[in-house]
Amino acid sequence: MRRREFLKSATALTAAGVFSAPGTWSRAKAQSRQETLLIVSESGPNNLDIHGVGTNVPGYEVSWNCYDRLISHEMKTLPNGTPYYDKTKFKPELADDMNIGDMSVTFKLKKDATFQDSTPVTANDVKWSFDRAVTVGGFPTFQMSAGSLTKPEQFVVVDDHTFRVDFAKKDRLTIPDLAVIVPCVVNSELVKKHATAEDPWGLEYTKLNTVGSGAFKVTNWTAGSQVVFERNNNWKGGPLPKIKRVIWRMVPDAGNRRALLERGDADVSYDLPNKDLAELKSDGKLTIVSTPYSNGIQYIGMNVQHPPFDNVKVRYAVACAIPYQKIMDAVLYGLAKPMFGAPADAPIEVAWPQPHKFNTDLAKAKQFLGEAGYANGFQEPIQISFDLGFAGVNEPICVLVQESLAQIGIQTTINKVPGANWRTELTKKTMPLFTNVFSGWLDYPEYFFYWCYHSGKSIFNTMNYQSSAIDGLIDGARAAAANGDAAAYDKDVKGFVDLAFTDVPRIPLYQPYVNVAMQKNISGYQYWFHRRLDYRSFEKG
Amino acid sequence: MRSKGRQTRGPLAPMMTLIIKRMTMAIPSLIGVVIVTFLLTRMLPGDPAAYFAGPAATPQAIQEVRIKLGLDKPLIQQFSRYVLDLAHGNLGTSLTTGQPVITELRTRLPASAELTLLGLLVSIAIAVPVGILAATRPNSLLDHTCRIISTAGVSLPVFFTGLILIYVFYYLLGWAPAPLGRLDVFYVAPPQVTGFYLIDSLIGGDPQTFIAALKQLVLPALTLGVFSLAPIARMTRASMLAVLSSDFIRTARASGLSNWTVVITYAFRNAMLPVITTLGMVFSFLLGANVLVEKVFAWPGIGSYAVEALLASDFAPVQGFVLTMAVMYVALNLMIDILYGLIDPRVRLEA
Amino acid sequence: MTDTTAASPRESPIGSLLRHSRHVLAENPVTGFAFALFLLIVLAAMFGPEIAPYDPLASNTAQALKPPSAQHWFGTDQLGRDVFSRVIVATRLDFFIAVASVALVFVMGGLAGVAAGFFAGWTDRIVGRIADTIMAFPLFVLAMGIVAALGNNVQNIVLATAIVNFPLYVRIARAEANVRREAGFVEAARLSGNSDWRILVSQILPNVFPILVVQMSLTMGYAILNAAGLSFIGLGVRPPTPEWGIMVAEGAAFMVSGQWWNAFFPGAALMIAVFCFNLLGDGLRDIVDPRRRT
Repeated sequence: MRRREFLKSATALTAAGVFSAPGTWSRAKAQSRQETLLIVSESGPNNLDIHGVGTNVPGYEVSWNCYDRLISHEMKTLPNGTPYYDKTKFKPELADDMNIGDMSVTFKLKKDATFQDSTPVTANDVKWSFDRAVTVGGFPTFQMSAGSLTKPEQFVVVDDHTFRVDFAKKDRLTIPDLAVIVPCVVNSELVKKHATAEDPWGLEYTKLNTVGSGAFKVTNWTAGSQVVFERNNNWKGGPLPKIKRVIWRMVPDAGNRRALLERGDADVSYDLPNKDLAELKSDGKLTIVSTPYSNGIQYIGMNVQHPPFDNVKVRYAVACAIPYQKIMDAVLYGLAKPMFGAPADAPIEVAWPQPHKFNTDLAKAKQFLGEAGYANGFQEPIQISFDLGFAGVNEPICVLVQESLAQIGIQTTINKVPGANWRTELTKKTMPLFTNVFSGWLDYPEYFFYWCYHSGKSIFNTMNYQSSAIDGLIDGARAAAANGDAAAYDKDVKGFVDLAFTDVPRIPLYQPYVNVAMQKNISGYQYWFHRRLDYRSFEKG
Repeated sequence: MRSKGRQTRGPLAPMMTLIIKRMTMAIPSLIGVVIVTFLLTRMLPGDPAAYFAGPAATPQAIQEVRIKLGLDKPLIQQFSRYVLDLAHGNLGTSLTTGQPVITELRTRLPASAELTLLGLLVSIAIAVPVGILAATRPNSLLDHTCRIISTAGVSLPVFFTGLILIYVFYYLLGWAPAPLGRLDVFYVAPPQVTGFYLIDSLIGGDPQTFIAALKQLVLPALTLGVFSLAPIARMTRASMLAVLSSDFIRTARASGLSNWTVVITYAFRNAMLPVITTLGMVFSFLLGANVLVEKVFAWPGIGSYAVEALLASDFAPVQGFVLTMAVMYVALNLMIDILYGLIDPRVRLEA
Repeated sequence: MTDTTAASPRESPIGSLLRHSRHVLAENPVTGFAFALFLLIVLAAMFGPEIAPYDPLASNTAQALKPPSAQHWFGTDQLGRDVFSRVIVATRLDFFIAVASVALVFVMGGLAGVAAGFFAGWTDRIVGRIADTIMAFPLFVLAMGIVAALGNNVQNIVLATAIVNFPLYVRIARAEANVRREAGFVEAARLSGNSDWRILVSQILPNVFPILVVQMSLTMGYAILNAAGLSFIGLGVRPPTPEWGIMVAEGAAFMVSGQWWNAFFPGAALMIAVFCFNLLGDGLRDIVDPRRRT
């Protein structure tokens, strides 16, 4: 029958096609592969604009690479050879001159800088973008306020290429805050064309389109699938990137991401599980670069308003019961900096993070628990909560902590909180015991403590910790920094770190690493405070 | 054969009554689906307002966003607003991707459908011959082996089968391409006609893209196929057994026709009908199992879309997905009944 | 050929059942094998925690990810726990999930179905509508939704599985009850003054039970697979509970780096159990109602 013959021949053809050698590259394809950087990660952006409503962290990476800021940071080199952003040295990006006055700073914009649609960048665009950042609310506004940038009145257009920021008060963090991702410069004329009465800042338009002056632009975005970037050949913010095209693919399964890297089908990945990274490192087929998070720690938090954690001896007991080394070995495979077990006589430094003196000592833990009056443990099991969005690390930590606490008589149950609800749960301040990670873009101890330990700023003070003593020290340190009083600053910093360890509402575990896995022919990775990838410095081959 | 005494009303009339009857019966189910999904999504732990308000929001800011999203209104009001939107074809916007749900469903549905159809094809290609073979020799070693093989396929969790296939065929042997979705990065999707890459690439005259898309489809389709082998093989075998023992087959054999002709040309055609009904059931069952396969193979289909939305407590995509699936299920069953009616005249008369 | 003549008047129903079973098993050794396997699983579920060599929850990070050896027959997982012990102990939980789901859906679906078939009218319509509504959902997504909404613990997984299988049981039970509604023995019971509900529970349900038993065996397998799928998504049981599905889901990540034992052994156990339940279902079908043999 004709039908049968057709089926037979079609099957043969298909079989031949399917099992032909994989990777039959034509010359054009091979060349194209050479100029393209292929990144794989678990999840991607939900919005291309950092000023957007509910933009997630991957969205920040898009903003960093597609938009420019007035200034950026110079690079220094770490002992292991990795370029690391220098938090004290700034370099010009859109502005080629920065003049810091007493209560203001004036920028002169590059005269030849243009947006990706070839219109020139003017100071009006800068003001509009900054006004937008402090007005839209949510995360961008919060980040701007971290450097005391809160009101549109602070932003002044002097002339087409001169822009001034007036300080509301002296704050050491104002200038660094101008170099973070949020104060990016947006093509205001283009966006205004797409603004409406309900959407005066054009957020709906910039959600789907990049309209900056940056080194790359997004040419294709399939949400949840991939983002495609093309280089902006007229970029004036720095030397032209060597990579012409970046394809960022979302691959939810970690095993697949690893397999892709190992087979050479992907170039870069930075959210592989620690175990895979440790093995890839020892294999030597890929380059793994590990850099500690600036100003960040993973910790166990205890809600000090929730008995029995209101008793400091109980907190000491927990601090002595954490199986620190087991966590370092079995969860992190050594890819983190321990923040525990400092020698008993070590002095407190003027730095953060720094290790505390607690270490695993179950006998001591039982003793503290007895002193607190809970020699037989607690009446009810306590819930340990963690963010399911980072389950790879959080879950085994909680399992190990649960096991250890059981040995001193504290029974616990594990509570997985889906990533989308984690913020809500933290804000409610009802979780008695939990693990979390916090890091700040601005790498200064008083910045971290201001958000995490100060009683006024409750959002990241997840332990509900109220101490007027520490408030005073933190405020003192910030004031000293603003006035340049080094002696007072050092004293206050040492003071609040010491108090944090004495009261121990939060038990630091380790300083996480940012681990990036790359093919051997990829170079140019730089560590930035936001820990995302900067495509502009990468080179291939 | 039609009985001669019946008044002929034309072939279409029973069909129309069938369609209308089916649709009216389906409406209450669809309404039920809409209500249940709405309630379920509202019961999901998680606060879209907090999500939207961002990581540093104060409780006041969250409340403001809640009011803006209309989430502070009583449930009845939210529901009526939802139904009103539905009537205008507005399925809402996803929080996690920021896109309108209906656009995303439209782009992603062909991806899932293509995969499921191919999986079904693979399954049929294996299960039907196996079922026929087993039926020709009931209770033999062959029969038992066939049963064991097909049951084994359905006894493993579908995501595990997928991962093993990736491990063996991609990672160890390198035969299959990287599990990166529908197309390798360096291919551009063919111009959209149906949304099925296999069809569109052929229409566009691009055999290279056709092969590339096919290569990406092999492993996930195989995973789905393995999972649906058992019901189809089983049904084929049962149906064939029943037909093979019927009178007209005995007549055919007695008339001296070769075994092959008897089995394939006569028995199989008649045995197909119950198999087709099973296919419908299997297809809708696969649309659900899709979810796990899509996650493993990074397939940009509606299954993975719905799962991510569910885990992020993102109402709109979940509601949109479930509604789409429910409508498709009704449509599918209707099509199968019509197909059944076309093939078997006896059914038509009784409709 | 075994003797298939009618049972002698003295033989008890159990006796005839046993003889019939023996006949079926002899014809179909696969079913016999499935029964034996089932027994093994039940034994493992009952005595698992006693015979496990190690504490399934005891971590030992120094021994993490060791391949199968004499000390650890199935190797150790990422936290150093013995995989063999965890697999054996998990039998109890998985068996519980399977049995509980099936018991729940039998009670819910079986009762609703026979009521619908027996009383017909509005009962039939309402039950039918509910079943249709559930069927219109993509079933796994419905299960996911229920667990996500109510919280991921064993009770909700069992509930979700039962709800998802409800329509199938309703359909079978309803068909059977419909057939028997006019049967002689039902008429007799009614005449002797039994209330409708009494007839339902004491006469019809026991007759429907054997037919449903076949489906229940298949549902047991499905319940375990469902739990595994939910674990893969992150909606399964809570850690550190040993359960095959969650062990497979977690272990899958280690396959690519060569630590196959983490996922293989729980996966094999899972497969054997589901396989056994499926074959058992076939065998039971042969015993209960040879006409429906597939």
